[in-house]
Amino acid sequence: MGALGYQMDEKQEPEGIVLTEAQLKSRRQRSIATALALGVLVLLFFAVTLVKGPAVLVRPL
Amino acid sequence: MSVIDHNAIELPRISEAEVGDYIALLKPRVMSLVIFTALVGLMIAPVHVHPVLAFTSILCIAVGAGASGALNMAYEGDVDALMTRTANRPIPRGRITPPEAAAFGITLAFFSVMTLGILVNWVAGALLAFTIFFYAVIYTMWLKRWTAQNIVIGGAAGALPPVVAWAAATGSLSVEPVLLFLIIFFWTPPHFWALALFRSDDYARAGIPMLPVVAGPDVTRLQILLYTIVLVAIALAPWPLGYFDWIYGVTSLVLGAGMLWLAIEVYRRREGVAANRATRRLFAFSILYLFALFAVLLAEVAVRAIAPVIIG
Repeated sequence: MGALGYQMDEKQEPEGIVLTEAQLKSRRQRSIATALALGVLVLLFFAVTLVKGPAVLVRPL
Repeated sequence: MSVIDHNAIELPRISEAEVGDYIALLKPRVMSLVIFTALVGLMIAPVHVHPVLAFTSILCIAVGAGASGALNMAYEGDVDALMTRTANRPIPRGRITPPEAAAFGITLAFFSVMTLGILVNWVAGALLAFTIFFYAVIYTMWLKRWTAQNIVIGGAAGALPPVVAWAAATGSLSVEPVLLFLIIFFWTPPHFWALALFRSDDYARAGIPMLPVVAGPDVTRLQILLYTIVLVAIALAPWPLGYFDWIYGVTSLVLGAGMLWLAIEVYRRREGVAANRATRRLFAFSILYLFALFAVLLAEVAVRAIAPVIIG
């Protein structure tokens, strides 16, 4: 009973910062946008590599 | 028992900024004009550019312009809060903090310059880096709060995108992109001083030394007229010099006459509703003027590309 009471206390009073619904939602939105931006960057490098072929690193200075 | 008094600790600020707030930091309306002028710079270049490389160039220039906007807003948060035109931006509204905006701007600046340099060429990459530096540091941090010539010198940053795009296409510079640069450079003062004339209270409240605030509206009206005369002459010059076709020349002549007429109206009408209407009309027409000049150049390229196909 004592151990169970301790566990219940821990669940009721979580330690640290608890994000609100709005904060969680905006963080998720920002994470998805960052992932999409990185995805576009990867695709861009891939596409240019296909266009330029082996000469991708040979470019005018 | 906890030895830390949690109430005594200042909790870190958790952002509730949405993607839209970050997009607002990029100044989308300015970015759209940058994309358009850069596209013209890219298309009039006398070389074939692969569509993927053209897309990459325009994307990098657009993101670089957005980075400049974010860095500008990161520095200008206090001033933006004082002006009705800018009070709704993400930093004055408390959606994003200045350090968050600065980090966002620096990240975008780094990736846009490096991507353009690595994937396209380093002349364009270096020019884009210079453009961002010029806007964020020279204009925003130095000129804007220091001199009434802020938008004259700072206008160079806004005039560079077609030059960057030309460099992306050719790997070098030439007379044509310099002409495009000069057109935007001399277009900037009449455009922004017309805005400053009917927003001078805003600028005065924010302590920004725009020309109408420090030199008065009459001096500003004269400067608008003088810069418009130079602008119209420079915008017309590429036609007789043989750089752009007659369609551009005629458009430049007609629109230049309109621009000059409106600048004269601003100079003549100095009191009341008529004065306010004249400055607003010049401000609105100046946007159309620049857009139309560049649109004609784009149309000329399109016609030249399509004509042989149609004629056979």
